[in-house]
Amino acid sequence: MKQFSYVRVTSPDAAIAAVSKDKSATFLAGGTNLVDLMKSGVTGPERLVDINRLPLTKIEETKTGLRIGALVKNTTVAEHPLIIKHFPLLSLALKAGASPQLRNMATVGGNMMQRTRCHYFYDTAMPCNKRAPGSGCGAIGGFNRMHAIFGASDKCIAVHPSDMCVALTALDAVVTVKGPKGERKIPFGDFHRLPGDTPEVDNTLQRGELITAVDIPFNEVAGYAHYLKVRDRASYAFALVSVGAALSLKDNNIADVRLAMGGVAHKPWRLKEAEAFLKGKKATIENFQEAARIVMAPAKSQGSNEFKLTLAPNTIVEALKLAAANGNI
Amino acid sequence: MGTDKKSEPLNRVDGRAKVTGKAKYFAEFEVPGLTYCVMVTSTITRGTIATINTKNAERAPGVLAVYTHLNMPAVPGWADQPNSNAKLPSGGEKYRMLGSNKILFNGQPIALVVANTLERAQYAASLVTTTYNKTEHQTDLLKNTQKAAMPGRFGDYTRGEQKEAYKTAPVTIAADYTIPVEVHNPMELAGILAIWEGEDQLKVYAKTQGVKATQRTLAGAFKIPEKNVQVYSEFVGGGFGMGLRTWPQEVAVVAAARQLKKPVKLVMTRQQMFSLVGHRPYTIQHISMGADKDGQLQGIYHEATAETASYDDFTEGTVAMTRFMYACPNVTTKYRIVPLDRGVPIWMRGPGEATGAFALESAIDEMAYKVNMDPLDFRVKNFAETDPEKNKPFSSNNLKEAYQLGSEKIGWNKRNREPRSMKDGEWLVGYGMSTGVFGAHRGESACRAQLNADGTLILQSATSDIGPGTSTAMVQIAHEVTGLPINKIRFELGDAALPPSGSQGGSATVSSVGSAVFDTCTALKALLSEAGLAFEDGTVKPVVGKTATMQQVLATQNKTFFEVTKSSKGGAEQDKYSMYSFSIHFAEVRVHPHTGVVRVKRVVTVADSGRIVSPKTAASQMIGGVTGGIGMALTEEAIIDHRFGRFVNNNLGDYHVPVSADVPHIETIFIDKPDPYSNPMGSKGMGEIALIGFSAAVANAVYHATGKRIRELPITPDKILSA
Repeated sequence: MKQFSYVRVTSPDAAIAAVSKDKSATFLAGGTNLVDLMKSGVTGPERLVDINRLPLTKIEETKTGLRIGALVKNTTVAEHPLIIKHFPLLSLALKAGASPQLRNMATVGGNMMQRTRCHYFYDTAMPCNKRAPGSGCGAIGGFNRMHAIFGASDKCIAVHPSDMCVALTALDAVVTVKGPKGERKIPFGDFHRLPGDTPEVDNTLQRGELITAVDIPFNEVAGYAHYLKVRDRASYAFALVSVGAALSLKDNNIADVRLAMGGVAHKPWRLKEAEAFLKGKKATIENFQEAARIVMAPAKSQGSNEFKLTLAPNTIVEALKLAAANGNI
Repeated sequence: MGTDKKSEPLNRVDGRAKVTGKAKYFAEFEVPGLTYCVMVTSTITRGTIATINTKNAERAPGVLAVYTHLNMPAVPGWADQPNSNAKLPSGGEKYRMLGSNKILFNGQPIALVVANTLERAQYAASLVTTTYNKTEHQTDLLKNTQKAAMPGRFGDYTRGEQKEAYKTAPVTIAADYTIPVEVHNPMELAGILAIWEGEDQLKVYAKTQGVKATQRTLAGAFKIPEKNVQVYSEFVGGGFGMGLRTWPQEVAVVAAARQLKKPVKLVMTRQQMFSLVGHRPYTIQHISMGADKDGQLQGIYHEATAETASYDDFTEGTVAMTRFMYACPNVTTKYRIVPLDRGVPIWMRGPGEATGAFALESAIDEMAYKVNMDPLDFRVKNFAETDPEKNKPFSSNNLKEAYQLGSEKIGWNKRNREPRSMKDGEWLVGYGMSTGVFGAHRGESACRAQLNADGTLILQSATSDIGPGTSTAMVQIAHEVTGLPINKIRFELGDAALPPSGSQGGSATVSSVGSAVFDTCTALKALLSEAGLAFEDGTVKPVVGKTATMQQVLATQNKTFFEVTKSSKGGAEQDKYSMYSFSIHFAEVRVHPHTGVVRVKRVVTVADSGRIVSPKTAASQMIGGVTGGIGMALTEEAIIDHRFGRFVNNNLGDYHVPVSADVPHIETIFIDKPDPYSNPMGSKGMGEIALIGFSAAVANAVYHATGKRIRELPITPDKILSA
């Protein structure tokens, strides 16, 4: 591993100052992804700014929703009574991710910042535009069974690996970030970005900006939620396709609905057109299938992920069915 | 023993040491002045190293040496004896690690960096830069089948009609079956710790399945007497076959330690273990089969084609089972290997027999459905009463009883045999079964017994325990022969200086070492008898008419203990009978019709492996084998991007071994009847049969659930959806 220096900070301002003035510095939270990337030689910060002592570890109720501090551990969020009561989809998504050991270390902000698990990104002997811009995309024409069917570019077809972020985008979360120029709010759907010509940029954070909190507004879809993650083994595997679905049902009429997918794009993939279609309709298989058809219109296979063109719509329908039944599998 | 008496289920005698951390594995040994080796590996697949720059690495803090092909210390034994098994047909290119600038496979070691801490060695290794002259490589078996050739060890076999009788049978099937590369992935990483205690005196702590084999390899490599090579490997964190060789990089580390005159430790990375310590080879198989309308097999043709390395011929018994498993008059088997630019494979649990059983037992299921018979009835109808390959009786064969017991337990006859006829909510329900078989081998093995004045018995043999519980089984055998309490008996292994035994592989340890323990303890009884003593009531007492206690006898003989060493091997009866262990696997699965997810819901596995010496560890071994089988069936696949010749999922996050959530309750049933001829205990091996055939049971259950026949492992959701 490349040598680095390490500093521990106790205030957000000190953290922001330390990283904004030093291009080779980076924040360290749970370290569950960053340390792996450093060990693999994918990234090599010269300075780690440890933010684990920052006072960003609370879950609080606000007038309009819940505010989750950026350093709250994934396990804490998943098991918090207020989260389970108001946003069961988030709890379910978190529990579908990683392993208990990782969730005990990983933070909310860190989860948002995790990098793709694309094999070509991780292997420094392979081409990857995300890791080494201009070197090419190994996954295009290669082994791309796990890769994107939406929003990919000819530079990158990687997917975002998070389950938590699928739920947060579905729940209209808002990210608060603080930087050298002060604080700003980013709607969750605008936090991550598509690869385009600059796949090395995962999100819209500016240098030195620190995620401090995520706000989730109260909603009416807590009653019928399901997170369905289809993967190659029963636990501890990234999604082939995952779907977060939450419904407000009145006499089987869909009063409100939230839908998002994971494992299909460079960012958590919100399904707003399908939501618009479903709103006001009956919760029937036919309507779910039509919603899935709407979602899949722009989908494009990369070769070995052809099966996702079948799996993705099927998983949307299954997730909606299970959410409507308020069941679990 | 050798009777119907059942053994008690014992806890592992070393269980406490293992769970408390007292058990020490090779990488945990600390010696003064220890140095650490990190390997730099090739990023191309074929060609030559044009330049390799080690200057920055050499200057990095703590670095003692950087070895490449330009300055690698000589391994004397490599100069004049082949370090590979390569013979025809691959031509057997010469591979000497760091012996030349040639690159024969991706991930081949090109430099060894030795430093005074692990982190410094890792950092320095990252500073080595290399340029290559790349040439075209071939890593894809499917694109190189024209190079398939018959290896010397496994010739073609035909019984009955030469002209493939299956073709003219009233009912025929023909299909191709594929298994991917699988990697052993034991939890413990591979490597070695080498300490030279003089110019020709070597001590190593190794991760090996055979301390004697490692001793022989190193003695040969450094041209020193075997007795000058001490090999320790008391605890091994899983092997599954990858520890059956002392790999070139391990020998190279020993050479580095000799030149540096310092102890050197190498612990490979998980990534390196995908390329450098073998794997189950990618294998394609074709089976054609013919039967009468009433389900009597008429002919089987089974051809397997597997990868090997360009520099080494690896072969295994992939088509062996097909030759004798069923009473079929006409059988032809062929086995071919294809040299590729890849690291060499090695046996992986079950080895080739597990690969072959997937194809054969899937095909048997296909044929059973084609003749409209229950797959269990079909197997019973074609049951071989005697071994049709060797024309000998089986030493014991309780398969029919095993079929019966297993099917009752899983509720086989309560299922609806029609494919896609059973449901549990949305999930499709399926039942499948298969048979596994593996030779009940017994090798030569020696054991030393030392009976101390305090009544404790120490047994020693240079065998290994890669997990099955060797010591527990040996203590149990000694307990049953002597009647001494378990806590008075200690079994010592994992030291090449102890009486010789074979490597732990091929399901032969209990049969071989256990027989030595049995014979040694029996000899000890005779020795005591001469001294007027006998084992009685868990201790040693004077025989009737004598009064001198063991302590008194020892005192008069001026000894502190009795000792006896015996070597043991099978007799002529081994040639008269065909000896196999058998297993029957039943799996109940759930398949989601829309997501393609397969879950194994329930497993019943029946072992017909003679008398069970150690019921508890035997059950654990079956559970472990089935777990490996779930991985083989549903999740495990090491993928190479052939454009680069490089693995793309060489880590435990992306190479999916089953996790607890994938493994249901596994019911193990033992026939537990002694084999009259196998060995004094009447036992037969279990390690391989636990896994052999299980993947076919799952594939057959998936067929029953869905009506879809998946002939390529692993059965991942995409394959269900695309079928």
